Amino acid sequence: MCLAIPMQLIERGEWDGTAELRGVQRQVSLMLCPEARPGEYVLVHAGYALATVDEEEARKTLEVLDQVANQGYTPE
Amino acid sequence: MKRSDTLLLAHGSGGRLTHELVRQVFLPAFDNPYLRTLSDSAVLPDLPAGRLAMTTDAFVVDPPVFPGGDLGYLSVCGTVNDLAVAGAQPLWLTWALVLEEGLDGELLHQLVDGAARACREAAVTVVAGDTKVVPRGKGDRAFAITSGVGVVPLGRDLGDHRVEPGDDIVISGPFGDHGATIMACRHGMSGSALVSDCAPLADLAAAVLASGAEIHVMHDPTRGGVATTCHEVAGRAGIGCLLEEAALPVRAETLTTCELLGLDPLYLACEGRMLIWVAPRDTPRLLQALQGHPLGRGAAWIGRTEARKSTQAAVILKTSIGGERPVDLLSGSELPRIC
Amino acid sequence: MKSSDAFSDRSTVDALVRRVREQAAGLPRQVTFMEVCGTHTHAIGAAGLRRLLPPKVRLISGPGCPVCVTPVDYLDRAEALAALPDVIICTFGDLVRVPSSRGSLEQARARGCDVRVVYSPRDALAIARAHPAKRVVFLAVGFETTAPTVAAALAEAEAESIANFQILSGSKLIEPPLRALVTDGELHIDGFLLPGHVSVVIGSDAYAFLREEFGVPAAVVGFTPADILLGILELNQQVLEGKPRVANLYSRVVRPEGNRHAQSVIVRFFEPVDTRWRGLGEIPASGLGVRAAWTHRDAATIDVAVPEPCEPHGCRCGEVLKGLVEPPECPLFNTGCTPDTPVGACMVSSEGTCAAWYRHERLGTAA
Repeated sequence: MCLAIPMQLIERGEWDGTAELRGVQRQVSLMLCPEARPGEYVLVHAGYALATVDEEEARKTLEVLDQVANQGYTPE
Repeated sequence: MKRSDTLLLAHGSGGRLTHELVRQVFLPAFDNPYLRTLSDSAVLPDLPAGRLAMTTDAFVVDPPVFPGGDLGYLSVCGTVNDLAVAGAQPLWLTWALVLEEGLDGELLHQLVDGAARACREAAVTVVAGDTKVVPRGKGDRAFAITSGVGVVPLGRDLGDHRVEPGDDIVISGPFGDHGATIMACRHGMSGSALVSDCAPLADLAAAVLASGAEIHVMHDPTRGGVATTCHEVAGRAGIGCLLEEAALPVRAETLTTCELLGLDPLYLACEGRMLIWVAPRDTPRLLQALQGHPLGRGAAWIGRTEARKSTQAAVILKTSIGGERPVDLLSGSELPRIC
Repeated sequence: MKSSDAFSDRSTVDALVRRVREQAAGLPRQVTFMEVCGTHTHAIGAAGLRRLLPPKVRLISGPGCPVCVTPVDYLDRAEALAALPDVIICTFGDLVRVPSSRGSLEQARARGCDVRVVYSPRDALAIARAHPAKRVVFLAVGFETTAPTVAAALAEAEAESIANFQILSGSKLIEPPLRALVTDGELHIDGFLLPGHVSVVIGSDAYAFLREEFGVPAAVVGFTPADILLGILELNQQVLEGKPRVANLYSRVVRPEGNRHAQSVIVRFFEPVDTRWRGLGEIPASGLGVRAAWTHRDAATIDVAVPEPCEPHGCRCGEVLKGLVEPPECPLFNTGCTPDTPVGACMVSSEGTCAAWYRHERLGTAA
């Protein structure tokens, strides 16, 4: 029930913006994510941005993946 | 009928307006000696040596104009491609339109221009046509029905009966672009490179068949996409198709549209691609012939044919993480989903 | 064909699969993990992930698919509304082929009803704006991921005074069925893979009860193969150490507190109501109903005749949804109930437990 993908917010107005991913653009509502800034990635579900993607957390998760893949699993 | 006019019922009644429509719109667009006679039937010269190939298709695409084409262009490409993949040189087409009263003259001209352009690109001739106009509300702007004939040269025998376990499966370019573009139009997505792959394939097919590769069968994966075409071949040839996900060529824009709407590119129509079953020793030669042609640049090997146990799925995908899943025959068309 | 996303990288996934197998060797017995999100079920199926897991790790699908759990009476009401001459039904594609007492919305459209598929509730609102003489009813199904988008569309309709836009609320909440599953005496679930996008809205803290009240391992995970495998590794580890907790492995979009804007717009328009789940029966306070202040937006108030709902006779969906029985144990499986002619919830969605089993069976593998 949760098809959502991260897209980059390329421009915004007060409540709406244009999100883009790999050359495809769509209007998205920012009503649920009013703090999103142009240039940030947002999670888009059913035409609405639901959250901004935290790049730092993404990097940390990728590090965990890398570590697990190479060394085995240690929980935080 | 001018571009600024609106289509009336009278344009289809056979009287003065119909004649004007034919003389002012269709004849100039398709101009050739057969059409100019305006007789009840086109009487054509003898065919070159070989077997007659014949096909027909109806075209109802919505929206009628989309990035990369229109219903007119599509209606010629679709029929040309059905002949081309059968190994035939496409020759003559008929083109019939069912138009809705109130149709915008601009749109009609656009569709006719599109069809005429496709004919020039494919070097085929529309030798007969017809137009009917239905009352407003009884037809969705325009439908086109195209029939075509061509000739399969002597000695050429392509068909599913020639497919064997061990054959390689090759596609002439990235797939799903047409279907993705139509879905994107309907659901508010856009992009400068989100464009239908609609194109006439007669020339590409000729290059393939001239390459010397042992081609068993060719198909154009239209309605239902690559998955459906593989199912059909598997069913008719009594084999299984094993596709390799990591090898499937899909353009980024098509992939993104699919991810947004929850669609699978394997089920989306292509209107300018060929799926080819080839003897595996000739795959490199085939790929070279395809990649050397402007319409075959993104050609790729996507899988192979194998013997199939009766309990096994007809089409199986080896996923890019090393898993496996069956690729089913769709119950209906792909629909956007949230889940 | 895969996106170049690092979370789908083949060598990373291969390594994760190896780790799962190594780790599973140390497990005292077979473990059963349940995911409760239709999108997870779909992602696992699409990647062919199950076949890569060791026999000691069993993955089952719970009641997290809005297609599967939308009850028959909701669809019957939607169809009755569709039959009204001035109504346009707008729906997500997921619902179009789900059978009701009489048939699907697709069949209703063939009979002349105006049924349109939309990608977003806003698209339904746009249709309402474009057709002021018609009544637009949007079929609002989904979980907490989708509920705020519906609420936001209602807020927009209110702000612009678009009178002809209403919803038939069928949204469900994830916590009540989770509680029902952990308190069910017959079930033994060793851990939950929690729905990543529902969690974006409700926050990872919302699942604290799983640890505090029930001591069940849990992990909030995303939807790529790497995310899901990371979740399995985490759950295995929690089982091995005997230390259940709620691990947030999708922190790039899930915050402990969730999305406050989304939560407040849901609360503005909706309140928890008792609701029926296909195959599971009624669960108290498990759905969202339109608040009294917004009755004019609630299509459930439109007077239509709706047939008495009937659950199909012999259907064992409820037990399948809980992972208690396997599809072939249901008498209807592959007799009356197939993917083309689905009877119960589990066959309706292409990734429902029974539909998935039906298809994978033909690969000679267990689903």
